[in-house]
Amino acid sequence: MDHLVIAPVVVPLAAGGLMLLLDERRHALKAALGLVSLALLLAAAGALVARADTAVAQVYQPGNWPAPFGIVLVADRLSAVMVLLAAVLGMAALVFSLARWHRAGPRFHSLLQFLLMGLNGAFLTGDLFNLFVFFELLLAASYGLALHGSGTARVRESLHYIVINLNASLFFLIGVSLLYGVTGTLNMADLALRIPAVPASDRVLAEAGAAILGIAFLVKAGMWPLGFWLPATYAAAAAPAAAMFSILSKVGVYAVLRLWLLLFGSGEGAELILYGGMATLAYGLIGMLASQDLSRLAGFSLLMSAGTLLAALGSATPAATGAALYYLVVSTLGIAAFYLLIELVQRTRKPGADVLAVTAEAFGEGDEEDEPEHQAGVAIPAAMALLGLSFACCALLVAGLPPLPGFVAKFAILAALLGAEQVPGAAWALLVLLTLSGLASIVAMARSGVRIFWASESSPPRVRLIEMAPVGALLALCLALTAAAGPVMEYMQHTAQTLHAPRAYIERVLSP
Amino acid sequence: MELIVALGIGVLAGCGVWLLLRPRTFQVIIGLSLLSYAVNLLIFIMGWVRDGRAPIVSTTAAVDPSSFTDPLPQALVLTAIVISFATTALLLVVLLAARGFAGTDHVDGREQEE
Repeated sequence: MDHLVIAPVVVPLAAGGLMLLLDERRHALKAALGLVSLALLLAAAGALVARADTAVAQVYQPGNWPAPFGIVLVADRLSAVMVLLAAVLGMAALVFSLARWHRAGPRFHSLLQFLLMGLNGAFLTGDLFNLFVFFELLLAASYGLALHGSGTARVRESLHYIVINLNASLFFLIGVSLLYGVTGTLNMADLALRIPAVPASDRVLAEAGAAILGIAFLVKAGMWPLGFWLPATYAAAAAPAAAMFSILSKVGVYAVLRLWLLLFGSGEGAELILYGGMATLAYGLIGMLASQDLSRLAGFSLLMSAGTLLAALGSATPAATGAALYYLVVSTLGIAAFYLLIELVQRTRKPGADVLAVTAEAFGEGDEEDEPEHQAGVAIPAAMALLGLSFACCALLVAGLPPLPGFVAKFAILAALLGAEQVPGAAWALLVLLTLSGLASIVAMARSGVRIFWASESSPPRVRLIEMAPVGALLALCLALTAAAGPVMEYMQHTAQTLHAPRAYIERVLSP
Repeated sequence: MELIVALGIGVLAGCGVWLLLRPRTFQVIIGLSLLSYAVNLLIFIMGWVRDGRAPIVSTTAAVDPSSFTDPLPQALVLTAIVISFATTALLLVVLLAARGFAGTDHVDGREQEE
């Protein structure tokens, strides 16, 4: 049997476990172990992505029991792409943290590895209860990472985060047990076969179970009205942790996409996801314009991206799903880079400086005094220029303007929605919302950017190469994704087509 | 039998939700524990409530599925109990840390103004 499929779960588990045995002061050794583990993960994920393109899905049976009885791991295109995305983000967060964050609290390296293990397991598993276990694993690691660095704000926000996610986990369990009670199976492929055969009297129970399961996922995805916790928690987290968290909300979207299309074939519940996504988009838009602090801005842009994704998925056409998957990848990379960048930019600023700046702007103060002093202008230091350039890239990515792939993604989503013969009213509303959200994010980002880079009196931050490199690498990857938009989009379209026609997936899992 | 179990789950869940909406962190944690008991019981009875039957199939006698209970929910509930136990312990530590940092046990870290 081919053991590559389980490598993304085993490698971080082994690395994280080994790190637990090491003394807390041996940072260099732990960092080296973490880098080795992530390099292995990147290689394994790359191989999975390449291999997933040829086969329908690779099925791995950890206990060597056949599918409906034993737990299976399934690596199809979607899972492989998500695993690769998690590995890329993990690498960026780890390299960034090596400058100073990994010494800010205990067990950072182990927690990062366990988070990656939970993420990879959740993406790869083909069993509903196993999905719950991996969700809990990644959440437990994320609680630790959210608390990393300690401090009043982090502890308070983590308390909220933990309580909300424990509740979501209870919903998850209720949903799983209802589905099991009705169908008698937990294997996702087997569930997909059995749900249409459920007698009409039990149909309500099965649908209620799926809906309750959906609540658990949508809490993670941050769909309005379930996502109020997200901006505050992510803003309080340390920069590398926040960058990793930008994929956590996508886990919820992934689970909705996988289970909904598999179990209900995109029929039932589409309107809910569509309108919920649009409400999330509107909420993110308003929040973005209202936020005075860069970290909260990033949190709301994350909500906006989740809203865009859900709305595109809710329109339930393969073309829109493919474009949404491309958007998922680029928006996650872009927002992760943004979270890392925020920490660098804000390093020299006084706490609360952003709030003061925006408030001052609102009251029209502080503009007149310092005009005649230096007419010739001040040379922008190299570090500041580099940060400014990265900030501009992030702004373009989030807003969805060319030449960065945010534009390609949004354009592809809209093209798929408006290309239909009969364009529904919801698609027009989504068009308006997407355009407005782009405008709002460019306004909000430009307002902060001008204040930070052009009108700032503070000395330029001391930025180390090792901190700048991950941000640059993530943005360069985004640029590369624009250049390679053709083949990547083709891959995503293939993914979407197999997701919308899950027959081959089901057969592959049940008779490997 | 079903009625008793259902009532038990209902009472546990009701108390849990009420406590969860209280402003003190300790009430929240007890509420979460009660809710997780309710959910664990729910998972448990998903294999149907059957009196005095074992989930273990004997290898000697002929097997009649109707004379056994479903062992899978019992395995699932064991996993769920362990996980909720661990996360509750973690939450307890965060609760203590929050109490230490904020000086109050209000969930928002500050008392409401009257």
